[in-house]
Amino acid sequence: MNMMEIAVTKRHHLGALKARERWKPAEIVFWLALVAVYFVFPTSLVFASQILITGLFALSLDLILGYAGIITLGHAAFFGIGAYTVGLLARHGWHEPLSALAVAGMVAGLAGYLTSFIVLRGNDLTRLMSTLGIGLLLYEAANRATDITGGVDGMQGVEIGELFGLFRFDMYGKSAYLYVLGVAFLLSAFTRALMHSPYGLSMRSIRENRTRAQAIGIPAGARLTNIYTFAAVIAGVAGALLTQTTQFVGIDVLGFQRSADLLIMLIIGGTATLYGGFIGAAAFLLVQDQLSNLDPRYWLFWLGILLIAITLYLPGGLLGALGRVSAAVARKRRGEDA
Amino acid sequence: MLNLFGVLFDGLAYGTLLFLISVGLSITLGLMRFINLAHGVFAMTGGYLLVILMAHAGIGFVAALPIVFCVTALASLVLEHTLYRPVYKRTPLDQVLITVGIVFIAIASANFAFGPGQQPVQLPAALKGQLDAFGLELSRYRLFLMAVGAAITLALVFGLERTRMGAMIRASVDNRRTAQSMGIRVDRVFQITFAIGSGLAGLGGALGVNVLGLDPYFSLKYLVYFLLVVVVGGPGSVIGTLLAALLLGVADTAGKYYVPQLGAFVIYAAMIVLLLLFPHGLLGRRYAR
Amino acid sequence: MKKLMLCGVFALVAGQAFAAADTIKVGVVAEMSGTFADFGLQMTNGAKAYMKQHGDSVGGRKIELIIKDSTGPAPEVARRLAQELVVKDHVDFLAGFGLTPNAFAVAPIATEAKKPTIIMNAATSAITVKSPYIARVSFTLAQVTEPMAQWAYKSGLRKIYTVVADYGPGHDAEQTFKKAFTRLGGEVLGELRVPLKNPEFGPFVQRVKDSKPQAVFVFVPAGELAVGFMKAYEERGLAKAGIKLLSTGDVTDDAVIDALGDSALGVISTHQYSAAHPSPENTAFLAAYRQVDAKTRPNFMAVGGYDGMAAIYEVVRQLKGNVDGDKAMQLLKGMKLTSPRGPIQIDAATRDIVQNVYVREVKRVDGKLYNVEFESINAVKDPGK
Repeated sequence: MNMMEIAVTKRHHLGALKARERWKPAEIVFWLALVAVYFVFPTSLVFASQILITGLFALSLDLILGYAGIITLGHAAFFGIGAYTVGLLARHGWHEPLSALAVAGMVAGLAGYLTSFIVLRGNDLTRLMSTLGIGLLLYEAANRATDITGGVDGMQGVEIGELFGLFRFDMYGKSAYLYVLGVAFLLSAFTRALMHSPYGLSMRSIRENRTRAQAIGIPAGARLTNIYTFAAVIAGVAGALLTQTTQFVGIDVLGFQRSADLLIMLIIGGTATLYGGFIGAAAFLLVQDQLSNLDPRYWLFWLGILLIAITLYLPGGLLGALGRVSAAVARKRRGEDA
Repeated sequence: MLNLFGVLFDGLAYGTLLFLISVGLSITLGLMRFINLAHGVFAMTGGYLLVILMAHAGIGFVAALPIVFCVTALASLVLEHTLYRPVYKRTPLDQVLITVGIVFIAIASANFAFGPGQQPVQLPAALKGQLDAFGLELSRYRLFLMAVGAAITLALVFGLERTRMGAMIRASVDNRRTAQSMGIRVDRVFQITFAIGSGLAGLGGALGVNVLGLDPYFSLKYLVYFLLVVVVGGPGSVIGTLLAALLLGVADTAGKYYVPQLGAFVIYAAMIVLLLLFPHGLLGRRYAR
Repeated sequence: MKKLMLCGVFALVAGQAFAAADTIKVGVVAEMSGTFADFGLQMTNGAKAYMKQHGDSVGGRKIELIIKDSTGPAPEVARRLAQELVVKDHVDFLAGFGLTPNAFAVAPIATEAKKPTIIMNAATSAITVKSPYIARVSFTLAQVTEPMAQWAYKSGLRKIYTVVADYGPGHDAEQTFKKAFTRLGGEVLGELRVPLKNPEFGPFVQRVKDSKPQAVFVFVPAGELAVGFMKAYEERGLAKAGIKLLSTGDVTDDAVIDALGDSALGVISTHQYSAAHPSPENTAFLAAYRQVDAKTRPNFMAVGGYDGMAAIYEVVRQLKGNVDGDKAMQLLKGMKLTSPRGPIQIDAATRDIVQNVYVREVKRVDGKLYNVEFESINAVKDPGK
């Protein structure tokens, strides 16, 4: 290649990278739509908050699963740690929400850092079982420490102070929704920037082929530990948000069911897309709610059929299918132009 | 000292049951690298089949067992053909999603057909109660379990080591591509292995009704234990699964007897420790594709 | 012609709207799916049985049940459902709650929305304290455990081993029994806590057997744990070794007792309801229940649903259909009802249930297993308050 060709290629690649970093119209529409929900569905804001919290939680899983390629079934551990941290702080007099949120995130992050060595060893299956084992152990520990955590009955009496000293978290969930939306947006934007940076790209190369990545000098072990810790922080924040908006901590925040449902939501939405978590969480929770209203006893059956249908006919999840549709549309448009 | 034997006996019997249900999953996982989270569904099917056969067809407990094995094996082949085949080449996540969907359907169907409660199973008189042997009181049913477990282990090991089909299975687990290039019909081998493994799961589920109970959530509740046993033992290895099952069974039982305050912790902690020491399972191989 | 039709349609719609405004809505948050699906089934069946027996309108107003599935121990789901029932469906009452965490999470909603909330099953003492709008018609664990300790001592037992499930209610049962039994002069030889996810009871039961107590007191939630324990109890021959089995009614729950088989014969338990309770109200209840669901036998949860509806009907009748939260609570406090289980009252001060606790023995009646009552401790209040 001569100098001209190298320059052209470089510009092309830089251009491609810059194009990825720019906010696409679909993303802007997504966030604006979430703001619109506040005005269009004022009676469903509690549900909307919970969907956003779950979506944020799913985003944290996407970091590990979609970008770093680590399958884990114990992610609820960090969610639960964040939730209980805020609960315990509130019980001991610390009511200010934002600072408690930050502390919860850090505690969960610390837990993630301490357990990250487990995800570095072994193959997919052993990692799956080890993370599952840790999650189960933590659940049992919380169950035992009933005096501190409230055990199976849950921790009540969690009082959260007013946000900025002004906005109370009431039954209608209005301030709660905006609070959750704000936190979710900030964390998503930060994560997005991170994943589009060279750091994020190195993460992807580790997922594709760890040996090769290491061969070109990427410190795979350190990067994996970092991403695991960061994902734990986000999961912890999501858990803390749940406690703050419901003023209660149930032991199910640590449960296996939560980790498993999360995995399903992420797969439905589409991994490694940053928005797959939100889409998947929304789809799963909304469908479950609708099915539950139609058939309170056997809705699980219909959900199972849906999951099978999605696997067979929508590979790559909802966003994967959406991507294919938009690519087909773009192709057609180009074909018409040409 | 006598207590120790009693505890060991209990643990080995429990482990044998886990082994019976999980061995199919181990071979499938090792052979096709297919994450079949719906494996517990076959065990549950076996259990419910036993209940139907005994309550409505009047067939005795022991006579019903082989029928359970065959029917579950055949049913699993149907499932394999329709739902599993399209996803063999797909990512593990897709396999997780589809098998979870199957589990959900199974749970709701069982709930619909049998209700959410526990299913009772009446054991034949010969298997009830305890037997006095060597100064110990040994549960008859557990003795029966261990006898069945031993017989099946021997049959499996013999089958794998001494028959042609067994050789083909082992070859396919070791290196699928080479096996295929040598003319082995790997997909046919897999079908047969899958059927046998699922049939064994059904048998284990039927045998387990009296120990583990049976309700629509059976497949999810015990999935953790089956996965545990398979991963610790090393997927693809019958002996590995047996060792892991027995080890974990004894650890769990001994833990609960001697240190009941720790109770459930023991089995999970044991699993984590074993996985840290043996990242590929006790007898797992680094399987190549 | 068209105009006439339009008028007719308008009248119909207006009539419906009018009727809808008159309907008293009861929002039921119950576990209809998941591992606790039978809790919700029993509660809603019991409520429906009451409505079938007494008609679906009272005081000129129609009563409508809106049933929502909380899917199990999922406090955030329960809270959201309760909030939506209040804000979207404009219910007049909240009811149901098979599990304690779900009840706890809904308490703040009840307070803020001023909706009378009827607890039909959850059994932790502290629930009624969490909101002045909560009234309970089920039972508390302490309420049925203390009489067991008292009866055990009275019948001459002095050395007992306790086995409970390792979770909040289990710990409560263990402590209540121990306190009551030792206060009377008995001795608790040992205490075992079994994990909730426990397929194997063998080693636990063996430990009990090796300690040679006179009896073992058991509390585990109804369902697989109860069945598992009974199987181990029989397999290890504890009855033959002379160790009696005492428990709360959760273990010999009417809905599952037949599944326990002969190994359950002779088990002594204390609880507030038995399907074999001899009273005309119970006979009527059983008949009404059979019309709603002939496949299952009603248990104490169904009676909780039944009596919850009875309380609601009484409130609506006395308020002549204008349900106001504070007035409703005034009526509920001190309300007396004749339930299929016996006479019950909602305590005026604590809004908790006061009822008879019966000591029963498992016997075979007409070929099926029943808890046959042979002693009654009357008007027991929740000892936790």
